[in-house]
Amino acid sequence: MNTSAAIKVADLRKDYRGTRAVDAISFDVPHGSITGFLGPNGAGKSTTLRMLVGLTAPTGGSATVLGRHYTELVNPGRRVGVLLDASAQHSGRTGLEVLRLGAMMMGLPDRRAEEMIEKVGLSAAESRRRTGTYSLGMRQRLGVAHALLGDPSVLILDEPANGLDPAGIHWMRTLLKEFADAGGSVLLSSHLLHEIEVVADELVVIGRGRIVARGAKNDLLAGSGVAVRSTDDEGLAAAMRAAGVPFTDHPDGGFTVSAAAEHIANIAAAAGITLRELRTADDGGLEQLFLRLTADDAREDVRS
Amino acid sequence: MSTASSTASIAQIAPIDRASSPIPFRRLVRTELRKLTDTRAGRWLLATLLAATPIVAVVMVFSMATKDLNYAKFVDFTSTPEKILLPILGILTMTSEWSQRTGLVTFVLEPKRGRVLLAKVVAALALGVGLSAVMLVTSVVGNVLGMAVRGGKGSWGFAGQVSGEVTVVLISWLLLGIALGMALLVTAAAILVAFVVPNMFSAFFGSGSKSTTAWFDLNQAQSPLYSHDITGKGWIQLVVASALWIGVPMALGVMRVRRAEVK
Repeated sequence: MNTSAAIKVADLRKDYRGTRAVDAISFDVPHGSITGFLGPNGAGKSTTLRMLVGLTAPTGGSATVLGRHYTELVNPGRRVGVLLDASAQHSGRTGLEVLRLGAMMMGLPDRRAEEMIEKVGLSAAESRRRTGTYSLGMRQRLGVAHALLGDPSVLILDEPANGLDPAGIHWMRTLLKEFADAGGSVLLSSHLLHEIEVVADELVVIGRGRIVARGAKNDLLAGSGVAVRSTDDEGLAAAMRAAGVPFTDHPDGGFTVSAAAEHIANIAAAAGITLRELRTADDGGLEQLFLRLTADDAREDVRS
Repeated sequence: MSTASSTASIAQIAPIDRASSPIPFRRLVRTELRKLTDTRAGRWLLATLLAATPIVAVVMVFSMATKDLNYAKFVDFTSTPEKILLPILGILTMTSEWSQRTGLVTFVLEPKRGRVLLAKVVAALALGVGLSAVMLVTSVVGNVLGMAVRGGKGSWGFAGQVSGEVTVVLISWLLLGIALGMALLVTAAAILVAFVVPNMFSAFFGSGSKSTTAWFDLNQAQSPLYSHDITGKGWIQLVVASALWIGVPMALGVMRVRRAEVK
């Protein structure tokens, strides 16, 4: 592996009969990181991921995994774990059989299937039921088990948290963090913003096929400013105005300020005002960012 | 589901030999064979295929006129259910990847879709040849039983030719199913086309001269295989009609599967 990134997407495009579903998307997934791929429904996330693994032919641009086009990887299941749709399983096969088929194709021993069943928290009895009887949450676990079968160094997961209960979501988060801590790279799409905000290092946000934001999560969230409350909000407002610090009223009282927390603390101290609260404005955090960035592209009017 | 016990770290699981050799073709074939037998639908279809010939043979032994009890007749009758069911086996091999959307997994694990298709053809053919062999053995047993139980005529006339010709017919109907499955990718449509269209065709051109229609009517082209009087020209007509009914949809199917977007 002599590439700087586990996944490289460059100028990727897809047209469907005159409609541009994916429009010149470029981003990297660095080694050992979790990159969240965010966007409202229909933004082009799934199309992008399908192009990445060779299931959909791009109209233009390129996508490489571990330095190669996915279709040129040798026995790709041993390098890249992919879960695109947990429901895409033969309903007449048992969960265990689905994994055994995968293990067989990749050239892995049968017991690997049982190990993965255990790893994703499905019981032995559940693994012997046909997948047609599975809940969406169980299918997601089975899909993750399948993605992990070949002991890959890269994971590509489309909406893996979909259908999981809160305990399942927590489990998924832990699993992905461990995977990345062990040096693995993850590209994970979601419209569940909270999921990605907690787990991702890097973010790629798309709307209507275009990238609307991209970068380290902390950088993207830093723009939210600082939330402050005091025992004398009127006095604090006057002091901040005098200091030339831009701020807005917070709907729950206090202010959201675009300045360093220390600077605000100094202003308050100089004016003799007691602060009750001073923290990074993370209310909604990424959600606010996400809604703002995608407001023009979303189907619903989400502007608040 | 036991969520609590499921946070074991990946590192705890036995390390795997990180082989980086391509998936060998025989392993793809084994996987495809297994896929044909590991679902309820697949098992029922195979069980029916296996059970059909003994049932037909037993019925023949006990009910057919003794003068008609010979090997060729047994082959004729026991092959009929196979001829109906084998195209379905071929169709399902191809269409289940799309109807059940397992292609999303299959073509991610082996992105060279042509190899997967070839493996499916080989796997289905292996099963088809095996089932034909079962049918032929059943016919041998039936003929022997016919002689022993009913004092049937039990002629073995043309046994080699009959066996070879019926195998050609069965395998070509299996291939027809595979080809239509690839080309249409929808089970219902492929089954409809496989059963209705060749027969409609025969009905439309039934009044035409056999020597002409056999060039493009598969049923007509195969009929000398049943009467065991196929000529050199007949073989050429059979090849031409098979190319039309099997070769063309298969070529279209290969192109379609290789290009199609897998969703």
